[in-house]
Amino acid sequence: MTDDKDVLRDVWFGRIPTCFTLYQDEVTEREAEPYYLLLPRISYLTLVTDKVKKHFQKVMRQEEVSEIWFEYEGTPLKWHYPIGLLFDLHASNTALPWSITVHFKNFPEKDLLHCHSKDVIEAHFMACIKEADALKHKSQVINEMQKKDHKQLWMGLQNDKFEQFWAINRKLMEYPPEDSGFRYIPFRIYQATTERPFIQKLFRPIASGGELHTLGDLLKDVCPSAITPEDGEQKTQVMIHGIEPMLETPIQWLSEHMSYPDNFLHISIIPRPTD
Amino acid sequence: MQGKRQARDMAMPSSLLWAVDIFGRVYTLSTVGQYWELCKDTQLEFKRVSAVKQCCWGIACDHQVYTYVFSGDVPIRYQEETYENQRWNPVGGFCEKLLPSDRWQWSDVSGLKHQQLDSFTLPSPHWEWESDWYVDENIGGEPTEKGGWTYAIDFPSTYTKDKKWNSCVRRRRWIRYRRYKSRDIWAKIVSRDDPDQLPDPFNDISVGGWEITDEPLGRLSVWAVSLQGRVWYRENVCHHNPEGSMWSLITTPGEVVQISCGPYDLLWATLWEGQAIVREGIDRNNPQGISWSTVESPSSENGIMHVSVGVDVVWCVTKDRKVWFRRGVNSHNPCGTSWIEMVGEMMMVTVGLNNQVWGISCDDRAIYFRQGVTPSELSGKTWKAIVSGRESDRSQTGSSTSLLSAGCFFTDDIQNQTNAIIQGDADTSSDTELPSVPVNLANTPPLGAAASSGGNSTGHQAAEVCTNLTVDPLDCHQGEATVASTSNEKADLEMQKSRNPNPSAELQWTNIDLKEAQKQPVLSISTFAETSSLSSLGMFSVGAEEQYGADEHPLWAWVSGGGCLVDLHSPLKWFTVPSGLSSSVQSLSLSITPAQTAAWRKQIFQQLSERTKRELENFRHYEQAIEQSVWVKTGTLQWWRNWKPHKWMDVRVTLEQFTGSDGMRDSILFIYYMYHEEKKYIHVFLNEVTIIVEVLNEAKHSFALYTPEKTKQRWPIRLAAATEQEMHDWLSLLNMSCCESRRIQGPPSHHAIWSVTCKGDIFVSEPSPELEAGPLLMPCDQMFWRQVGGHLRLIECNNRGIVWGIGYDHTAWVYTGGYGGGFIQGLASSADNIYMQSDVKCIYIYENQRWNPVTGYSSRGLPTDRYMWSDASGLQECTKINTKPPSPQWSWVSDWYIDFNTSGGTDREGWQYAADFPASYHGHKTMKDFVRRRRWARKCKIVTNGPWLEVPPVTLWDISIIPSSDADDEEAVALWAISDKGDVLCRLGVTQQNPAGTSWLHVGTDQPFISISIGAFYQVWAIARDGSAFYRGSVSPKKPAGDCWYHIPSPQKQKLKQVSVGRTSVFVLDKNGNLWYRQGITPSYPQGSTWDHVSNNIRKMSVGPLDQVWVIADKVQGSHSLSCGTVCHRTDVQPMEPKGLSWDYGIGGGWEHITVRGNTTEASRVAMHDTSEESLAVSKDLEDEESKGKTEHSKTPLMVSDSQELDRNTVNC
Repeated sequence: MTDDKDVLRDVWFGRIPTCFTLYQDEVTEREAEPYYLLLPRISYLTLVTDKVKKHFQKVMRQEEVSEIWFEYEGTPLKWHYPIGLLFDLHASNTALPWSITVHFKNFPEKDLLHCHSKDVIEAHFMACIKEADALKHKSQVINEMQKKDHKQLWMGLQNDKFEQFWAINRKLMEYPPEDSGFRYIPFRIYQATTERPFIQKLFRPIASGGELHTLGDLLKDVCPSAITPEDGEQKTQVMIHGIEPMLETPIQWLSEHMSYPDNFLHISIIPRPTD
Repeated sequence: MQGKRQARDMAMPSSLLWAVDIFGRVYTLSTVGQYWELCKDTQLEFKRVSAVKQCCWGIACDHQVYTYVFSGDVPIRYQEETYENQRWNPVGGFCEKLLPSDRWQWSDVSGLKHQQLDSFTLPSPHWEWESDWYVDENIGGEPTEKGGWTYAIDFPSTYTKDKKWNSCVRRRRWIRYRRYKSRDIWAKIVSRDDPDQLPDPFNDISVGGWEITDEPLGRLSVWAVSLQGRVWYRENVCHHNPEGSMWSLITTPGEVVQISCGPYDLLWATLWEGQAIVREGIDRNNPQGISWSTVESPSSENGIMHVSVGVDVVWCVTKDRKVWFRRGVNSHNPCGTSWIEMVGEMMMVTVGLNNQVWGISCDDRAIYFRQGVTPSELSGKTWKAIVSGRESDRSQTGSSTSLLSAGCFFTDDIQNQTNAIIQGDADTSSDTELPSVPVNLANTPPLGAAASSGGNSTGHQAAEVCTNLTVDPLDCHQGEATVASTSNEKADLEMQKSRNPNPSAELQWTNIDLKEAQKQPVLSISTFAETSSLSSLGMFSVGAEEQYGADEHPLWAWVSGGGCLVDLHSPLKWFTVPSGLSSSVQSLSLSITPAQTAAWRKQIFQQLSERTKRELENFRHYEQAIEQSVWVKTGTLQWWRNWKPHKWMDVRVTLEQFTGSDGMRDSILFIYYMYHEEKKYIHVFLNEVTIIVEVLNEAKHSFALYTPEKTKQRWPIRLAAATEQEMHDWLSLLNMSCCESRRIQGPPSHHAIWSVTCKGDIFVSEPSPELEAGPLLMPCDQMFWRQVGGHLRLIECNNRGIVWGIGYDHTAWVYTGGYGGGFIQGLASSADNIYMQSDVKCIYIYENQRWNPVTGYSSRGLPTDRYMWSDASGLQECTKINTKPPSPQWSWVSDWYIDFNTSGGTDREGWQYAADFPASYHGHKTMKDFVRRRRWARKCKIVTNGPWLEVPPVTLWDISIIPSSDADDEEAVALWAISDKGDVLCRLGVTQQNPAGTSWLHVGTDQPFISISIGAFYQVWAIARDGSAFYRGSVSPKKPAGDCWYHIPSPQKQKLKQVSVGRTSVFVLDKNGNLWYRQGITPSYPQGSTWDHVSNNIRKMSVGPLDQVWVIADKVQGSHSLSCGTVCHRTDVQPMEPKGLSWDYGIGGGWEHITVRGNTTEASRVAMHDTSEESLAVSKDLEDEESKGKTEHSKTPLMVSDSQELDRNTVNC
């Protein structure tokens, strides 16, 4: 692999092997088999789990079926976070397949948003893209697009069509040649250890002196706790798409190549496994 | 430093802004640079400079004129010639004794002027002789006997190379070259004129006029103003005479202070009294112009102090420092109509190329660039300060060794005077406003708005996002505001400094009433200084100097943009303070950038593949969450229907893309149409499509789609979209689908075949091994071509992946290794190697007239005549108004002008005469001529992008790259070229790592050349402009330029136009489209013996390293139509049959150029690599040729072809 374009493909085609099991307290007519699936890292749980829902509904009593939700080791999984982020944040360094518990009862209202239809996902996804473009281009690119282009972005994600999605998304990743990058980098930093959902600040890809800001600069600025002191032991991992980019990686490059389809860089900071 | 600069220069086209600081030091700022660089020659201090692209003229502190000619790889050389004449007499044969009525024994070509060899002297100390005199042994493309004599019956007559029984006189031509040596230094213009005629010391100078005519090459108008206010014109300044010959006095209606000459026919000057005078009647035949007219100052109180002109713009500065723009200036009305006041106050302004404007501000003596000057908005938008520092400031900070220079003319006397004046003027100067520098204050990003714009359904979530934002827009705003205010403070500080209480340290540009100054007698040297200061808008006083150490921002006295090309697309780095890192990051270079090899990138690549392994390897049997489905794109296009009458009709188009079980995608394009109210459709499998060609014209955004069948018919499927954007969407998608179905991605291979269409579009094809050999030869109409961005006229490559191209404007480009560009964007395009590319070409129309007895020639033709304004054929009406650029991608960059370089010659007004339309035209009127025409040209420009980087500065006509055989990447690759002036050049330092090479080596010739080719074993062949062929002897890696030229007579007196040398084969093409093969080439006699005719109707050819022959042919018959410009492949080319047997027809028409010189896919199997073996192999091949003549059935050739057969079989089985 030598071309940056291949990174986009690798990011897009990232899959997490997952084993879905029904929560033990759910009432079933007969025993529910676990369901195995390759989940696209860049998609959303409720967007790609129709098969799971169908599988478990078959064994459920109809009256017991209500809104589906997922949980991993006691943590309800937010559908509006991309799957890869959920995995990196909660389950990296665990054995595969990822074991997710499926619930139909006791929807945790305080933790999760409702997702009654795919329109909700679409609205959320488009809102993220718009917010990202507001940061990157003062919304100029997204606003110049036609409705059908917006639709194509969504359809590309929904149908896992890399070309279809990137045919439009590349426009969101461009910037005027006289600038050396975006206005601000759309990013969110998630920490497994805190209550706070995520950190988001204005951060420019280029320093005032013209140097490229790196991932390290970003963390130093907005989340210094993630940075290992020079003499200290490495206590945290900084994960994007299941890998740990070096802190020297230019943030602009990361934003262009390793953002999720919603155009945000979702960065997970998790404790480093001790062994 | 030098090395770095070279790399940068090579990577990007650049031009220079020249400026003089208050100490008289000359600096240049490159359009790709960030620093002012001190002029290489620092011997002198200057007060004025006027730059054009190839040189800069200046007036130094000694009031002498100097010219600074840039060094280049191609020398400036001038051919001196003289003729030696002899007459035959019965006693001594031919001898020097001539008849009394004869010409001199040594004369010019006409015989009228006596010129002996030793009468030639160097015109100035800036020249040197290149060699001694020698005899020219070439007459009209044919070699003469040794000695170079040509014979005739008598003087003057026609001379032939053959001596006949009646040859009574003979003559021969002696030639000698002199070379201009004073390059990259300031060369003093020495006058050999009569001292009484000499102009008094000079005060201002302006160079321009290169657009007026290109005859002679590089002609310039150099205008100068003397201290006494007289105007002088320098005669005969051109490329091979950079100093010009003499000064001519041009009378003026008053005393002139300053002068400005534009690139074309605009010339303005300012008078002491404050008016401007405008030169009228400047044209090709009279570049000095005829008369002056006067233009009054915009304000009655304040006269014009300074004026600067461009192609069709005039800017001026009045004595109150106000800047004015002149409205309505053009060739027909050089005076314009009225003045408009502009914002900002300037010491001076300069108009550069492309009508761009710079000025020196009164306030801080910084140079400001006028932003937003476009053809539609010539006055621009705002002034923006150039903040680039001097390079010297980086290396030697704090050095205050600046010597007094131009400032040293100020005597105490003057200082007092100017002080007084400044004080008197203090009010105005303190009121001065800073030119508006746009300070981009941070706009608070509309975060909340964006987040909530997601719609009601996400209200909940959006709220969450909002509350979680730790963004503090205010904070950030403040941050930026602080930056802005600091810079304001800085500016304030500087202003305070400039208002230093010490009056003698005050900035002292003189702002005095010129009428008073005029009364000063201009007599002594000490007063020169004063006058010069008046007119040169002031210098700093001596006392001011200490105030400004070297670490301060430079203070400028003069700027010249006449050589500086800035357009809309130039990414200038002048407006930000450079930092060490970014300059190295931003410098473009072909070598692999550190970023690409950076550890972080490697780590990402590596970790991603580890991740894939970890998360997927053992789980491939899992079900995919999203099922792959058919993806359909539909749309409405227009289709050029395939039944008569042919016309565009609306069709519904559907592209169905489906994924096979192997994960590969394939696509079918359906076109649904109505035929006699019946629904029908045609469909195309995209894996059968061989090429998609964009066919842009002003009326339609259309493209053509070929399959092998459609190629045979010469009748592609043509589709058109409503908008350019829509067409590009379809084109990208179709292209991507084609490449995908053929599993082609990434950059082309080293063996790729490149071609260029007549529209300048670039296509590349991957050759299959069956293309050149095998029992089942692949027909060339099955080749798949994909487009690469960019615009070129010609392209050449070799089998090491080195590819060069030449644009229509003769710019040389080197391939960066990328792919995509142009409309191909996103995934089908590489990210790093795509750069902006531009090209310029001329559009021609003809003005036709017929003679009638009453009015003479007029635009009233006969009813049967062609249009009075037409294309070349006369069939199409083309007026100045209705002729548009070729497609919306092109835009006009000049006005219509008369083209004097039409073949056949023209008269002084550009007319060509003939007996009737259509006929052959000649450049003078005769009794039999009843019609005449003249050609008008207009330049248009395209800006696109592609994997190309410019190789400045030499512009080229032809290139050839050696198809190298050894695998050594480091070794230099031979690349030969012809400059657009006809110089033969050899590129040094070309390697796979650095395909652009380092420099040109000039190879001397006695006449301009037009075509060159280097074969696999350093056989260099070339074609001269007179149509004869030349072979270059002894070229080798150690001796890259060889030693001498061997003249090869052309076939049957045909004028040749192109040569191509493959492995051993040499083919040439003549101007009548005949293709010839050189017989009898052997290692001992590489020049060969005779020419064999191969084919006619050939436009261009390329002979590859397998000796394969590919051409662009005309008049190829398809089943539906005839095509011109078709790619054809010579079949059955064998070692024993190098001429081949017949043609196989490929893509076309409309093709212009092809190169197959990278394709060695078959050779790698025949001959096994090693250099020595390779050269053995060739000498064997050559010997085969040699022995063939003697014993047709000798064993060796049979053995060779046997083994080749075998090889092919094994591979193909």
